[in-house]
Amino acid sequence: MTAQVVSKQVALNEEGFLVNPAEWTPEIAEALAREEGITLTPRHWEIIRFVRAYYQEHGKSPTLRQITAELGVPTKELFQLFPKGPAKKVARIAGVPKPEGCV
Amino acid sequence: MAETTRKIAFVCSKGSLDMAYPALIMGWAALGNGVEVMIFFTFWGLDIITKKRMDALQLAPVGNTSLRTGMMGLPVDVGMPQIASILPGMTAVATALMRKKMAEMDVPPVSEFLQMLQDGGAKLYACKMTADMMGLSQEDFIDGVEIVTASDFIDMTEGAQIVFI
Repeated sequence: MTAQVVSKQVALNEEGFLVNPAEWTPEIAEALAREEGITLTPRHWEIIRFVRAYYQEHGKSPTLRQITAELGVPTKELFQLFPKGPAKKVARIAGVPKPEGCV
Repeated sequence: MAETTRKIAFVCSKGSLDMAYPALIMGWAALGNGVEVMIFFTFWGLDIITKKRMDALQLAPVGNTSLRTGMMGLPVDVGMPQIASILPGMTAVATALMRKKMAEMDVPPVSEFLQMLQDGGAKLYACKMTADMMGLSQEDFIDGVEIVTASDFIDMTEGAQIVFI
């Protein structure tokens, strides 16, 4: 019998975002998603992986429009997967800063 | 205490290209942050949701003291002489320039932007009185627009923050 526990402590800023995006682990994403009332599915992970890869490549978080356009996720689906505020929620769960772009 | 969702209602009363985007951009930002969004189109703002007009909105240089030559990629950044702004074709030039600048910022055209907003859950309303006045009806507007009276709007926006553009 095994038990899996979250043992790592990570620092969050006053808005609840990871202070250091490099500290992110999938386990942290699960924990943050749970706080938001979201159960992560493979589709969520696809978006999270895209957001992290984008951040690593460009040094900034993608906007919602970049996620929908470049990953081919319909806007409706993005708002269903991360209800009530996907811009903040996606970035927070993926462990990257809030997107700076407006669109 | 139950958590209530913040609501913002935008009133779009102008139909020029530069006056269409503020509500679209702020509305989209609000949806992204989990805020409920209503956009009420009235008077010239009805152009923004009118199928035949929405992607033909213009930016008029006449009387616009903020237009500068630097925006056109010229090396000298001075105000556009107002006398030049009345020349035929200047509105088309200013409009094309603004469209190009918006596209460079990855801002979609009005029709696509409205679809994004609706997909994100924003509600779009047309003012009944001004629609009647301009001879516009449901089939002139994009899908999803609801025609309401000013009184309906007042009822719907109870507790909402209102931004008039």
